[in-house]
Amino acid sequence: MKILIKKGRVIDPKNNIDEILDVYINGNIIEKIGKNIKEKGGEDFIIDATDHIVAPGFIDVHVHLREPGYEYKETIKTGTMAAAKGGFTSVLCMANTDPVNDNRSVTEFILKKAKLEGSCRVFPCGAITKGLKCEELSEIGDMFDAGIIAISDDGKSVKHSGVLRKALEYSKIFGIPVISHCEDTDLSQGFINEGIASVLSGLDAVPSIAEEIIVQRDIMIAKYVNATIHLTHISTAGSVDIIGREKDNYKKITCDTCPHYFTLTEEATLKFDTNTKVNPPLRSKKDVEAIKEGLKNGIIDIIATDHAPHDLPSKDVEFNLAASGISGLETALALSLTLVHEGVLTLSELIKKFTVNPARLLKLPYGDLKEGNTADVIVFNPYIEWIVDKNTFLSKGKNTPFHGWKLKGKNLLTIVGGEIVYRDGLI
Amino acid sequence: MNWTKKDLLEIKDLTKDEILLIIETAESFKEISLREIKKVPTLRGKTVITLFYEPSTRTRTSFEIAAKRLSADTINISASTSSFVKGETLKDTGKNLESMKPDVIIIRHSMPGAPHILAKILKSSIINAGDGAHEHPTQALLDLFTIKEKKGKIDGLKIVIIGDIMHSRVARSNIFALKQFDTEIICCGPATMIPPYVEKLGVTVEYNINKAVKDADVIMMLRIQKERGGISYIPSIREYAVLYGLKKAHLENAKKDVIVMHPGPINRGVEISDEVADGEYSVILDQVENGVAVRMAILYLLTGREQ
Repeated sequence: MKILIKKGRVIDPKNNIDEILDVYINGNIIEKIGKNIKEKGGEDFIIDATDHIVAPGFIDVHVHLREPGYEYKETIKTGTMAAAKGGFTSVLCMANTDPVNDNRSVTEFILKKAKLEGSCRVFPCGAITKGLKCEELSEIGDMFDAGIIAISDDGKSVKHSGVLRKALEYSKIFGIPVISHCEDTDLSQGFINEGIASVLSGLDAVPSIAEEIIVQRDIMIAKYVNATIHLTHISTAGSVDIIGREKDNYKKITCDTCPHYFTLTEEATLKFDTNTKVNPPLRSKKDVEAIKEGLKNGIIDIIATDHAPHDLPSKDVEFNLAASGISGLETALALSLTLVHEGVLTLSELIKKFTVNPARLLKLPYGDLKEGNTADVIVFNPYIEWIVDKNTFLSKGKNTPFHGWKLKGKNLLTIVGGEIVYRDGLI
Repeated sequence: MNWTKKDLLEIKDLTKDEILLIIETAESFKEISLREIKKVPTLRGKTVITLFYEPSTRTRTSFEIAAKRLSADTINISASTSSFVKGETLKDTGKNLESMKPDVIIIRHSMPGAPHILAKILKSSIINAGDGAHEHPTQALLDLFTIKEKKGKIDGLKIVIIGDIMHSRVARSNIFALKQFDTEIICCGPATMIPPYVEKLGVTVEYNINKAVKDADVIMMLRIQKERGGISYIPSIREYAVLYGLKKAHLENAKKDVIVMHPGPINRGVEISDEVADGEYSVILDQVENGVAVRMAILYLLTGREQ
């Protein structure tokens, strides 16, 4: 297939490009980027991207595709459709499926399904421990051979420091990062942030230190064994502080946060809307400000969605009983663009957190628009206003606290390996 | 002013005028319970359901008596006899009850926000009779009614709340209600039972009971919420009783006309000594009596609201 994208503002942070250019895609590669590229004839699509942004496809280092086991919440097919719609061309799917992705056969199943039905690239994240039980290490080497590119017990912390140490050491054999969900469960027996929300609602609470203690512990262990650690869905001011300080003397630390942690505060939970129930919980205004500051000053490298789709019965119950998580793939770009509209980040800085930085963490050959590279490209408009309607989500998970919100910025075209996998009628 | 709200879910929702309207309405209803024929036809033809997922003696009986004195038909459902034990969700239970056209559903539940689920989907008026550690609005309203009755006012009073404040919906609702007035509120209890950030509600924290009760106009005692794990927040009941049990000697530091309140059930010898519970300052049984009048007022206002 030949696709010519004309007159878009091409932003490619890795190659320091930010200007009005044309992009010519031939087959699965970016053949040429330049001014006024002439049509050669035989183009399948010629797209006028005037007033739009042309960027490398986004890479999400944290999604839950729920398959195998929870196909009623999401499948690889629907999850990747949602990803493509949101502007993501690669996703890293977490291991807490049923069965858990703690062995080669599950990894192979996911990759096979993704190849058959996926709308974007799917990279499995293997479980650190068998059954996410924090007892024995999974067969990480075997899974690596099958195609995992990171390991995580996400959904849980690796509670046992000794097990985590072994995992961090073992990960070095394969050069893959350990992704850490930071939560001291002895302190986090609750459903919302410990703060004004818990004192007003009487709901059991999770203090910020439940996250920060593990952030500090995991960094100390990683540093001690000289391994690569990635701290995911960081939500507190204290975590940003610790990571900022530690990054100064140890380079193998990265972290991500999610759009809800810089968009919503704990006060969103006060109406007992279970769509605001997420783990870690929505935090205080002070934390939200610190997360934004961390994104601005680069302490937070990556924006991930922690896309956690759920079926209605899992959410349509008492707050205590509701499942945690937000279906995030289809609102991430617009929510993150708010950072640009507010002047927290430039467009290029924002795109970097969705492309170059995650690609570097996962050692993926994507995330930039160099000529000759694989054509994972998106076209979005940062200014189009739209109203979030959960019923139009491609994800099976309609669990969003942003239903009815007016947002600014929309992905309009997603190309994976030279194939158009999502196209909005607007372009 | 007129009442317009469909539901009574939280004190947080209420304006000061709405609180005063309930209290004034209750004042006019109190006399009915003193008549020889304790019944008026006000709610004839209305159906009131009490749906209790947690045990209760006072609140459920109080609501039922209130409804009956207003001539409403009452049905009582408790968790152990409901489809809850068969795995029906709260929402489905609510929808099924609504099909039988009740006017009011009074719900008690162990989880914060449970009444809100019903309020959102049902046309019936929902009254929160206690949702976990969140709120117990009718208790706070009857407490304010009692304070006003005994003290002649609410403004200008110093109120001390003592006990397991962390797990207490009574404390929360009372704080929200009393903060609508010009009151000084002291929260006293073991540090483990004081909810973090409680000072953001405009209250003062004092760990020492002797200091806390100094010059108090009102002392509200709370029991340890064993059902919410309260017991694990202290080393022993024995030590708790020594440090935070209200004894007669404490009252000497309070105002001369101090009143001692307790939402019940009381644990004698733990948070309150016999001599205080049964003593001259205690208004515990007045609270129970006033509860009926306040609940009559609430049922009357909700069912007669301006649509």
